[in-house]
Amino acid sequence: MSDVLARVKKMVVEHLDVEEEKVTGNAHFIDDLGADSLDNVELVMAFEEEFDIEIPDDAAEHIQTVGDAVKFISEKVG
Amino acid sequence: MFSLEGKRALVTGATGGLGGAIARKLHAAGAHVALSGTRAEKLESLAAELGDRAVITPANLSDGDAVDALPGQAADALGGSLDILIANAGITRDGLLMRMKQDDFDDVIKINLESYFRLAKACLRPMMKARSGRIIGITSVVGVTGNPGQTNYAASKAGMIGFSKALAQEVATRGITVNCIAPGFISSPMTDELNEAQRDATLARIPMGTLGTGDDIAHAALYLASDEANYVTGQTLHVNGGMAMI
Repeated sequence: MSDVLARVKKMVVEHLDVEEEKVTGNAHFIDDLGADSLDNVELVMAFEEEFDIEIPDDAAEHIQTVGDAVKFISEKVG
Repeated sequence: MFSLEGKRALVTGATGGLGGAIARKLHAAGAHVALSGTRAEKLESLAAELGDRAVITPANLSDGDAVDALPGQAADALGGSLDILIANAGITRDGLLMRMKQDDFDDVIKINLESYFRLAKACLRPMMKARSGRIIGITSVVGVTGNPGQTNYAASKAGMIGFSKALAQEVATRGITVNCIAPGFISSPMTDELNEAQRDATLARIPMGTLGTGDDIAHAALYLASDEANYVTGQTLHVNGGMAMI
């Protein structure tokens, strides 16, 4: 979990060009981190690549916060 | 002005008159070009003519998987991701709708419209990462005006225009522009075969009184591919000697 969190944080910081301390578990990609809908799609695709998993569209819709992403990815990668 | 120095471009339908002219023009402006088409030997002779900075990536656009893979192959052959896509390949299967076969419709939509969707989609990820890109669809005046005997072709070309406008809005914030060029009547082996009466009738519809050339289209492509066109997106640039003013 902590490894996933660290990797997700790093990716979000890089992709959205935000400060690391803003990227908390509760941080909402759009409301808190300034992402637009295209950023969300790009992030989901980047997660798929980084963790070698598939994130179906209906699941991707529910990944709104950093915590959502970490939870989903952790369950997938076991 | 209009330098494409260091840019990488994929041109489909590069064996045709328009595609060849566009590839030559982009190459002359400094671009590295991947030439795609179905006839490998024609591609090879064009690549040989261009010399450095030209590679060939033959593909059959009726094969969806091959189309999906084409931008990646072109990028590999050029040694870096694509900056410019010129979706130029197209076919016609003309006939009045009363007599048109389902295959005539399906084939035209598949090659002209579906392959544009597949190529653009495959180009997007690297362009999004690069925060820049040029997607240019070669459509046709008949996609806007219609033309009897070409319901399938006109639908596919109108489809390209609508697709480009929607995609242009999706990716505008990423520095990627999506535009179409709509040629009118362009001089080609096909128009060379018109008899005098047909030729006169065609020219009578064109205020400039002449057919266009491949270079006329290539210049438009060069502009839209250039940095100078960075504020132009979702547009259709009509190059037709005035035969339709839209």
